[in-house]
Amino acid sequence: MSWLMWIMLTPLLTMALVWLLERWPNLREAASLAGGLSLFMLCLWGWRHELHLSNETLILAEPLPGLTLSLALEPLGLMFALMASSLWLVTTCYAIGYMRAHHEKQQTRFYSCFALAIASLMGLILAADLLTLFLFYELLTLSTYPLVTHSGDEQAKASGRRYLGLLMGTSISLLLPAILLVWYLSGSVSFVAGGLLADRLSPFWTGMLYLMFLLGIGKAALMPLHAWLPAAMVAPTPVSALLHAVAVVKAGVFSILKISLFIFGPVQLQQALVQEWLIWFPALTILLASFVAISKDNLKERLAYSTISQLSYIVLGVMLANQLGMLGASLHILMHGFAKISLFFAAGAILVTTHKTRVSELAGMGRRMPFTFVVFTLGSLSIIGLPLFGGMWSKWYLALGSIEARHWLLLAILMVSSLLNIYYLLIIPVQAFFSQSSQRSTVREAPWPCLLGMAAPSAICLLLFWMPEPFIRLIQSGLNLAFANTGG
Amino acid sequence: MSLLSIDHLYYWVIVILLMLGMYSMIAKPNLLKKLAGLSIFQSAIFLFYISLGKQTGGTAPIIAPGYDTYANPLPHVLMLTAIVVGVATVALGYALIIRIRDAYDSMEEDQIREQDDQA
Amino acid sequence: MIENHMTIMLVVLPMLAAPLIALLPSKNLSWGLAILTATLQLYLAVNVLLDVQGGTAIHYELGGWAPPWGISYRLDSLNGLMALLVCLINFVCLLYAKASIEAEIPGRKLGLFYATWQLVVTGLLGIVLTGDIFNLFVFLEISSLSTYALIGMGRQRQALMAAFQYLLSGTLGASFFLIGVGLCYAATGTLNMQDLASQIGQSDQPMTLYSGFAFLFTGLLLKAAIYPLHAWLPNVYQFSPQAVSALLSATSTKVALYVVVRCLLDVFGVEFSLSRLFADLLLLAGSLAILFGSLRAIQQTDLKRLLAYSSIAQLGYSVVGLGLLTVTGLSGALVHLFNHGITKAALFMGAGMLALGPGTTLLTRLAGGTHRPWLLLLFLTGGLSLIGFPGTVGFISKWMLALAAIEQGHWWLLVVILLGSLLAILYVWKFIETLYFVPQNPPETSTGPVPGRGMWLACGLLCLAIVYFGLDTRFTLGVAMDAARQLLGVHP
Repeated sequence: MSWLMWIMLTPLLTMALVWLLERWPNLREAASLAGGLSLFMLCLWGWRHELHLSNETLILAEPLPGLTLSLALEPLGLMFALMASSLWLVTTCYAIGYMRAHHEKQQTRFYSCFALAIASLMGLILAADLLTLFLFYELLTLSTYPLVTHSGDEQAKASGRRYLGLLMGTSISLLLPAILLVWYLSGSVSFVAGGLLADRLSPFWTGMLYLMFLLGIGKAALMPLHAWLPAAMVAPTPVSALLHAVAVVKAGVFSILKISLFIFGPVQLQQALVQEWLIWFPALTILLASFVAISKDNLKERLAYSTISQLSYIVLGVMLANQLGMLGASLHILMHGFAKISLFFAAGAILVTTHKTRVSELAGMGRRMPFTFVVFTLGSLSIIGLPLFGGMWSKWYLALGSIEARHWLLLAILMVSSLLNIYYLLIIPVQAFFSQSSQRSTVREAPWPCLLGMAAPSAICLLLFWMPEPFIRLIQSGLNLAFANTGG
Repeated sequence: MSLLSIDHLYYWVIVILLMLGMYSMIAKPNLLKKLAGLSIFQSAIFLFYISLGKQTGGTAPIIAPGYDTYANPLPHVLMLTAIVVGVATVALGYALIIRIRDAYDSMEEDQIREQDDQA
Repeated sequence: MIENHMTIMLVVLPMLAAPLIALLPSKNLSWGLAILTATLQLYLAVNVLLDVQGGTAIHYELGGWAPPWGISYRLDSLNGLMALLVCLINFVCLLYAKASIEAEIPGRKLGLFYATWQLVVTGLLGIVLTGDIFNLFVFLEISSLSTYALIGMGRQRQALMAAFQYLLSGTLGASFFLIGVGLCYAATGTLNMQDLASQIGQSDQPMTLYSGFAFLFTGLLLKAAIYPLHAWLPNVYQFSPQAVSALLSATSTKVALYVVVRCLLDVFGVEFSLSRLFADLLLLAGSLAILFGSLRAIQQTDLKRLLAYSSIAQLGYSVVGLGLLTVTGLSGALVHLFNHGITKAALFMGAGMLALGPGTTLLTRLAGGTHRPWLLLLFLTGGLSLIGFPGTVGFISKWMLALAAIEQGHWWLLVVILLGSLLAILYVWKFIETLYFVPQNPPETSTGPVPGRGMWLACGLLCLAIVYFGLDTRFTLGVAMDAARQLLGVHP
């Protein structure tokens, strides 16, 4: 059986195992961990054997002649899969500590839906055409719905409605007709190096179609379609961490990246001048979301708005449509993923031990939970993009990309946004460490699986500063494929 | 050939019967009267078909010396079937009315609706 | 010998089985004979459909009388597909009916119930297969009359009124059809559909034909519950016995719509009947049906009534596809008849399982489905298919219809189709959410009978079909394309 099949089957088998082992919680969690580990190993194996250069395509089904469900691996997808699978492992480890300490109910449903969401994500990553992408995009929404509404109370239901309504609503009203139009225009929906639609559309209609994709992919959380992400924060923290800082939202921007590269093609995008007018969507989102983040006192909501802002960095990089910008965007998927998950883990650790959700209540907590707040600091610094942290590289290339595009205003926005990051993120650990706590409490650190889970991603943030080359090389090989056919 | 000529008289009779039947079906609250209306409506259709087969001066379609125009037998045959269907429909309608009367103790549509709304 | 008579056997088998079933002494024997007949029919339907694949047609002359004097049956891709749908749904619903109907109807009536059921199937298959337009009327009435009787067996007393009202409007519809047939006969002197088709162009009485056409279609649209002639449908679907709701939702309106397609495109022909005005009227009626049905579905508090309004909306999609008059649109419409048939049958079966305990399908009184995850999965599959989620059958038909709308440049229609899907999310999520969350104060837990194995099997089969035909459409869409090409006279 092919590697692609195994990548899809591993999380599905994990789900089945979790379901079967419902009555033995320890075994059930072991199955989850084993699933995460084997998926990560599979991804590493694929990297080592350079499967991303092999051009293998697996056709799952062919609902209409020429309209296929097919999977294939390309380098950008491998990068994302590596990140997602490693973080699944880490998150599972963290979740075991969190869910038990928090005495959550329905843990079997939680772990099995988690595995299903990862399976959908893998499908989305490996999608070789728009229909497959759309199918797994929707499955990802569905499989995360039980996770978002995990607590089952009225607030969770309302948030669930908003989550599902916005994500499915935009995808059916904009993404689906966009796919239909692509099919109508070209008789195909496959991802093609250099762009399926290259030279088939006038610049104006290219822009309109691109806009449909941009807004139709609600998971990218571009303003004004971002409201589902703060709503999704009612979920247990491991869900917010993996799905709403990494898997789901990155699936959105990754879809935009793939569509830009393989449906439109960079040249077509440059001709359509998307960086002249559509780019203001992400640019404004970066700034506005940062401002909203400053005003939020709820820690998880603040992180959510920070995510919205950071996602738009990626979209912005993609829309620059030059190699440097795309490289920065792809790297940012990786860098922001590790950094943001550290922040969420820290927030979850605070929640699970102190039951505090507000930023203003955290003053002085740093001395009781030093480890947690160190992790938080590391994550924040990486998101800000300071040297010594991986986050620097993605911002570096994004800035280079906007310089190459001679877009000075965007460069300014990137810099201003970094300053805002400092303000709304770094202030939290600073207050926690340096101001006096008003009340005395006997809070200690979170359970050890949580700490273990937290340590890993923040360590990776540091590591990525020193050795980003393997990933840059991986992304370059992917971009070379996409840019090669265009001579650009 | 005007629409009001005597040739079209039977069409007018049929149209009036159809209207009468439909009016009764729609406007009367009593279920029995509705069903009666349905029956009138169907009978009008039978008449319509039978009139189609009529030939001026024609006789019953039995081959016999001295007769060369016959009424068209096919519409008559069709109506035999349709009458059977009509009888079955009305019978089923009556059966339903009996059961409705058992269940609601009424045959007036407005009263039945009231009882349903209360429940 | 048998091969030659396969077509007619489809109709005759249930007709012969009906009185036998009524006479059999035990309910199990009655059901056994019914399911045996259904299995044979399903086998025959598949065989017949395989025979006509690729555009050939089977002619069968009843009693050896050649048309136009005798009654002839003609089978091509279009009615082959419909016959398969009826036989498939009949089989699955009967599997389901055993456990379901025993909870609703006293044992001594069960024999009669299955016998009447067979008559419904006889009528539906007769409508589908016959090539004679008066014969079609007779079968229409056979199936309708037995349907009224089945509806009247519902557990609540409202079922009786629903049956009576359906009897009135159904008979009115059939009578309009009959008047139309009479006028067409007056203008052409024939009742054979193919003969009619060839005479219509040469008739010297176009006014008679036009009025016949108008009567015919008013009647048919009433039977097919096309908006705005849908008023009888919600009560009927809500109050029928569970298995009957499933059977009717998947077959009866679909078969009526089949007759619309057949008469419009085959008998009257595109030039005569589908002047742009009438086609536009169909587009308009279909669009209104989609919007109205979906909006009303959102407001409902009873699951079966919600599904009924959703049926009105989904029928609108087929009408829209018909009004587009292209191969893509028409094949989308036809495949949607099949696809929506299996989807809605599955959902009504699910509703029936929920109703086993509490005896009602009011959304507020349904227990959470989380303790029955398979049931939730069933509703999810069916619901997603209503929305048009990729990987389900609903996606295929909506994809074809939306594509046809784009091809024709009807952008507003694309908007309507997508809006219909958006509204579908709302009403589908209304019941999914109710079923998914455990209620705060649970209503009386299901102490009644638990769903039997036959019920699970039937639902499972339909769910598999929903996914399978959503991924592999070579068969369903292939047949629909064949039929659409034949009807529109387009050669591949």
